[in-house]
This record gives sequence, structure tokens and C-alpha cells, in this order.
Amino acid sequence: MFSFCTDPSTLPQWQWFACYLTTATHFAFYRSFLMVMLLLAITAPLALAMGMAGAMALRSRIWPLQWLGKGYVNIVRGVPDIVFFLFVPIALGQGIEWVFHHIQCPDWDQPIRQGNDFIVCREAKVPGVNAPAWVRSAYAFSMAVVAFSLVFGAFAANTLYGAMQAVPKAQVETAEAYGMSRTQAFRRVVMPQMWVYAIPGLSNIWQILIKATPLLFLLGLQDAVYWARELGGQKTSLYSYPHPDWRVWYFLVLLCFYLFLTWASEHAFGRLNARLSRGQATAAGERMRKAAA
Amino acid sequence: MRTCAQSFEGYILRPLGREYGETLLPRNLDITLCDQVFLIAGGLIWNVYFAGLAIAIGFFLAVGVAVAKFSENPLFRVPASAFVFVFRGSPLFIQFFFFYAAFVLLPRSGIDIPLGFVTLTVNTSALTTAQVGGLIVLVLNTTAYSAELFFGALRSIPKGDLEAADAYGMYGLTKFRRVVFPSMLRLAWPSYTNEAIFLTHSTTLVFLSAFPARQQVGEAFYYARYFVDQTFNPFVAYPIVAGYFVLLTLAIIGLFGLMGRHLNRHLPKERRVRYRFRPQYIR
Repeated sequence: MFSFCTDPSTLPQWQWFACYLTTATHFAFYRSFLMVMLLLAITAPLALAMGMAGAMALRSRIWPLQWLGKGYVNIVRGVPDIVFFLFVPIALGQGIEWVFHHIQCPDWDQPIRQGNDFIVCREAKVPGVNAPAWVRSAYAFSMAVVAFSLVFGAFAANTLYGAMQAVPKAQVETAEAYGMSRTQAFRRVVMPQMWVYAIPGLSNIWQILIKATPLLFLLGLQDAVYWARELGGQKTSLYSYPHPDWRVWYFLVLLCFYLFLTWASEHAFGRLNARLSRGQATAAGERMRKAAA
Repeated sequence: MRTCAQSFEGYILRPLGREYGETLLPRNLDITLCDQVFLIAGGLIWNVYFAGLAIAIGFFLAVGVAVAKFSENPLFRVPASAFVFVFRGSPLFIQFFFFYAAFVLLPRSGIDIPLGFVTLTVNTSALTTAQVGGLIVLVLNTTAYSAELFFGALRSIPKGDLEAADAYGMYGLTKFRRVVFPSMLRLAWPSYTNEAIFLTHSTTLVFLSAFPARQQVGEAFYYARYFVDQTFNPFVAYPIVAGYFVLLTLAIIGLFGLMGRHLNRHLPKERRVRYRFRPQYIR
């Protein structure tokens, strides 16, 4: 990085650290924080969409749809999350390969499950046999996104359904008395008001989502936990930057990163809640109205 | 191939150590369904150990921290709030890594703490084992989460109860023991039941991360992962472990439900605080 970094062993303290903290592997470590942010940025809207779909299904008057919604929410919420995070990527990966296998190699005669092996033909491998490394990690990453959205979609569905029910019934009835259809009443009356009831639950789910991101490590991705272990471990003099076991410091950085993330989002949600309470028929909304008057 | 009885004998107590069953775990094609059922069941011993001890110790610490956080004196309030913030605001997964890394750095030989007339030697090598070090992390974590629950309950104790206590001339510890503490416990009990459930579920993280499973001694989920690694088939071991956890959860709900009934016994039916299952696993 810097011009004086050519021979680290001769450097004074601060320059040594300047060089040490700007090595290529350290930049991979910093990038992994961005990966966490990226995962959050992709998963949150997806989970919200899944949650919305789930909540709509729960509200639906068509019973197969309602059962589907109930099944989804209850199964995902009833099984420990970690089981889910480890199960979904493997099961989904095997499922995709199984489908490709049947499409691309219809004349394959050996069974797919041979004892303890899961064998599909060469063309059906996902990602492909010669896929570059970044495709592999992108594939693993998207698996993680799917697993996270599935689990958090179920949590969100439950919260959103509760929020929809919490909008005062009288208002919906008034809307219907004005001749609005069920869909219209939902779009014009329930939808704009439900968020104030949903925000506390959603903010809770968001905090849990943040704290679930280190589990990426379990899916074999090179995330912040991976790099903290890798970089923090003791380095002998064979390395250009020898140091004792510094894992505790690396994990301290991670700890602070997550604390900052949860602290910042707590504040953001507080502001959002205040904004949404304006003009609502709730205690907080009433207090705002009185303060303004 | 082993019969079911053989796998029961060989593996049900294997999670306690090599001396209590087969030395080696079943491998590859040698794995039978009974092996998976019994070895994973045996692993539950450790889940119960971690959850039981962490809840039992964490309960008392949490009451203390909650009272400190509720206190008007910033000398108590600020450290208690900071403690709760740190442990609730960061992932348990990272906490395990952090504390393991910290425990490893302690000198192997133990630390002497002179207490004037006697010197206490802390056995630091025990801290790097999951059974002690992991338990400490779990205790600290559940203390923070429960303290927040108890703090919320302290804030919502009915004003009338406190005024009645004052009118009887109670103050200090007597008032706390007879009025504040029982009310707080009663109000917090439903959410505390959920906390106990989540803590039990998060015992699956102990061997998942930093703390090593020496001699392949681990909890139920550790063995489930072992089987999935060996068979590359997630459709057997994971449902088994999920089933066991459902049973464990039901047992906790039953046990805590009895206590909840006891705490609410003086109230008419419609004023009792009801329990609702709200799963929220990750912490």
C-alpha cells in the first residue's frame, strides 16, 4: 500500500501498523463488512415482500391459500433457526441439481443417492464444474439470501398480519359502507395505517436479522468471522507480519461493528416510528396532536 | 450392522465421554437410523446442562442487574444499562468467539487472586472448555436478556401495589421481597418463559463456533451436524434434532406454566398474565 512497506520487519511501530492494516487480506476483511451490509440490504426487502405475501395469504378467504400461509408461518417459526439455515442451502442445492439432472441427463441410469453420496451428472452440477471462484461464492451467497428471506419472511408475515388486524375495525367497516370493495378498503384504509402497528415488530425482526448475519460463516462464505479468525490467529516469523494471537482484538472489532449497527438502527426506527405516528389514532399520535395544538 | 439395542448401549451415554460407550462415533455407510436417534438424544444431556445452569445462575444475576438498571443512582444505572446493551446488541455467535479468544490468552497455569488471608487460584484452563467457558458466555447473555425483561416488568408494576406497601409502612428490602419482587416476577413470567426457550435453542451454538468439542463430546446439534457431514443427507438428522427440540420446548412450557400458575394464584382468572409462544430464535 505505502512506499515504505517493502520490508516490514525494520519499520517503527506506527508504520508497521499502517502497512499491516492495509495488506490485501485486510482489504478482504474490510470488504466482508460490506458483504454483511449487502446481505442485509438484499434480504430485508425480500423478507418484507415474503412477509407481505404470507400475511395476505393468512388474510385470504380462499382456504387453500390460507392454509398455505398458515403452514409456512408455523413451520418456519416452530423449527430452530440454525437448523433452517443449515438445512435450506443444502436441501435447495440438492433440489436444484436434482431438477437439472432430470432435464439434462434423462438417460442416466444410476441412482442419485448412492449410499452416502449425492451424485448427479456432470452437466447438472450447480455451479458448473469449471465455474470461477466468484461464481461459487455468489451462488453460496444467494443461497444464504434465500434461507434468510424464508426464515425472516415468516417472522414478518406474522407481524404484518397482526398489524393488519390491529387497524380499527370500525374504519374498515366505514370504508365498506362508502361502497369500497374489500380490496379497495385494504389498499386505501388498512395499508396506510398498518405500519404504525407493524414498526415495533419489524424493528425487532430487523435487529434479529442483523444478529443472524454472522451465521453466514457456517455456510462456508468468507465473511467477517472467517477473516477475523484467519487474520487474528498467531503468525510466526515465516509471515511478513508476525504477531501473537490477536483474535480477541479482531472479534472486539466485530462486536463493536454489530453494536454500532444495532444502536444506529434503533435510533432510525425511533425516528420512523415518530414520523408514522403523526395523525394516527394511537396514544403517541394523540400526544403529538396535543403538543402541536 | 448394529442392532438398535447395540446402538442404544453404545451411544446413548457417549456424549458424556469416551468411557461411557463406543470410543469412535459411527462413520460413513456404517450409520444406522438408530445410531442417529440415540446419539442425538444423548447429546441433549448437554443442552439441558447448559440451559439449566445458565437459567438458574442467570436468573439471580438478572434480578440484580434489572434492579440496578431501574435505580435512580447513575452509579448503578449506567453500568447495568451498558452491560445489557452490549450483550443484547451483539450476536451471541460473536460473543462466543470473542470470549473464547480472550480465555485462550489467559496463562495456562491459573491466576492467583490474593484475598488477604487466603489465595484463590482460578483454573484458567477450564475456561477454554465449553462446559465452563461456554456456560459463562451463556450466563452473561441470558442475564442481559432477562434483565431487560425484568426491567420492563419493574416499570409496569401497578402504582397501587407500591402505594399499598407504603401505606403498610414497608420499605427497603421488606417492600422489595414482599411486593416488588413477586409482582415483577408475575408480570415478566410469560416473556421469561420465552427467554428460557430461546436460551435452550441457542445452546446449539456452543460447539458450533469457537469452543472445541473434545473427544467428540458435544450437544445434540453437534451430533446432527456430524451425521449430515458424514451422510451428506440433511433430511434425517436435522428433522430428528428439530423433533427433540420441539419436545424440550414443550417440557419448558409445561414446567414454567406450573410456576406461572403459582405466581398468579391470588388473581381472578381474567386478570392473570397469559403465556404466548413467540419464537424468535437468533440472538
